[in-house]
Amino acid sequence: MNLEAIRSIYMFEMARMRRTLLQSVVSPVITTSLYFVVFGAAIGSRMQEVEGVSYGAFIAPGLIMLTLLNQCIGNGSFGIYFPKFTGTIYEILSAPVSMIEIVIGYVGAAATKGLIVGAIILATASFFVDISIAHPFVMVLFFVLTAVSFSLFGFMIGIWAKDFEQLNLFPMLIIPPLVFLGGSFYSISMLPPFWQAVSHFNPVLYLVSGFRWSFYEIADVSPVVSFLTVLAFLAVCLAITAWIFKTGYKLKN
Amino acid sequence: MAPIVSIRNLTKSYATGFTALKGVDLDIEEGEILALLGPNGAGKTTMISIVCGIVTPSGGTVTVAGNDVIRDFRKTRSIIGLVPQELTLDAFETVWNTVAFSRGLHGCRPDPALIERILRDLSLYDKKDTMLRHLSGGMRRRVLIAKALSYEPKVLFLDEPTAGVDVSLRKDMWQLVERLRASGVTIILTTHYIEEAEEIADRIGVINHGEILLVEDKRALMAKLGRKQLTVELAEPVAAVPEALSPYGVALRDDGTRLVYEFDRAGERTGIASLLSALSQAGLRVRDVSTEQSSLEDIFVALVGEGK
Repeated sequence: MNLEAIRSIYMFEMARMRRTLLQSVVSPVITTSLYFVVFGAAIGSRMQEVEGVSYGAFIAPGLIMLTLLNQCIGNGSFGIYFPKFTGTIYEILSAPVSMIEIVIGYVGAAATKGLIVGAIILATASFFVDISIAHPFVMVLFFVLTAVSFSLFGFMIGIWAKDFEQLNLFPMLIIPPLVFLGGSFYSISMLPPFWQAVSHFNPVLYLVSGFRWSFYEIADVSPVVSFLTVLAFLAVCLAITAWIFKTGYKLKN
Repeated sequence: MAPIVSIRNLTKSYATGFTALKGVDLDIEEGEILALLGPNGAGKTTMISIVCGIVTPSGGTVTVAGNDVIRDFRKTRSIIGLVPQELTLDAFETVWNTVAFSRGLHGCRPDPALIERILRDLSLYDKKDTMLRHLSGGMRRRVLIAKALSYEPKVLFLDEPTAGVDVSLRKDMWQLVERLRASGVTIILTTHYIEEAEEIADRIGVINHGEILLVEDKRALMAKLGRKQLTVELAEPVAAVPEALSPYGVALRDDGTRLVYEFDRAGERTGIASLLSALSQAGLRVRDVSTEQSSLEDIFVALVGEGK
């Protein structure tokens, strides 16, 4: 195991985060604060509780997930796409590092950044609403597994993308609808039966639901099913990543 | 002694159907400087990329210090340094960080003293905290070299190291190559500046259309293929080569004012003396005589031209 290489890639990526502190940390905090002002304070004050939880508190796990997914996919994809774009990838490919080490370095850094920003959002949320965490261990488990699997997902997008348009396709066009329609801002039991059924095909529903359960013990789907869904997603991402490195897909000629 | 890099029947075809390498065999001896000459698209960069692990070969084998570059990639890549042709650097990193990064990537523990020495050697130390995007082209080239030297490779590939580099920096680069060789590093450089190969290489390989046309010791190559040319300027032009001179195979040039005679300087007899006496016997008055030696460039052009 080339531990120095993992450390180098990891530190390199974390240094990039420090350089872009404003967009990495400050921007999601402001965005989330706006959500709480609009949904929590302005609209939420006129709404009933959702399943026994105040509306502002109800949306907090969904908002944390939204930020976590965006950060992880964004960082994971950009980290590997940028060397491909500038050509500095030659150095990674010609270094004595294995696929596992490259993935640990890039994905580890992307997940760390996602977790840091997610934790900051959680702190920001608790500033606006009362948040209780019923199952801290489960919460952390969901938090970390989601961060790792979506950073890996981002990494795959970064390898697949051939231009900036494709790079932004997922974070801009695919993730927001999935999050908004995945019960982040409502319980799907509020929907008509047809849309409830459709929602079950949305993987983000399982994430948000499981994550929210760890806070308030309320869920749209069983937390066990949520947990298994995250694990399955992680397994699929790992398998695809292994295939990418085996074939050199879009990395090597 | 076994060669440090051994390439056997190496082939590469791209998905587009283009064949970049057609069965290349090449041995590189430890401690030598080998210059690979070839026009653009000859396959030089593809070959280097396969040795370094950036491109997957279609067939054949490459070993570095006895290890297969695919099976034992950790061993081979730890001792290979690569300075790519393109000036690919992260825009927002500093000089120091990018060099330290390369060292770490190759599994070496941080060594600030070594990095300082490398940067000083390359006159980059006062720029160590400068962001890479603020550097000039020549400095970026040196940063790429510093990165490749940061983990003290035993085999160094320099892909067009002096392309777009001014004359004084080119001379610096040659001195650096000389110093590296003195410390025992094997150097393979690609170039299409013949002057460069002539100046610093021990051996010269010529590659074109994905094939190695020849690999020779530089001096042997110059001696073997280096034809000399004797040009005789006549006082009065002649219409045709006189009968008496036909055994020499001289050619008439410039409206009959010059006679050109080619000879092999490595040969026992150059034939110059007898040619000159034959000239005076034929009654031709000579105004001037000059000789020229063909350069590596002429050799190269002749070789590559044959392949067309």
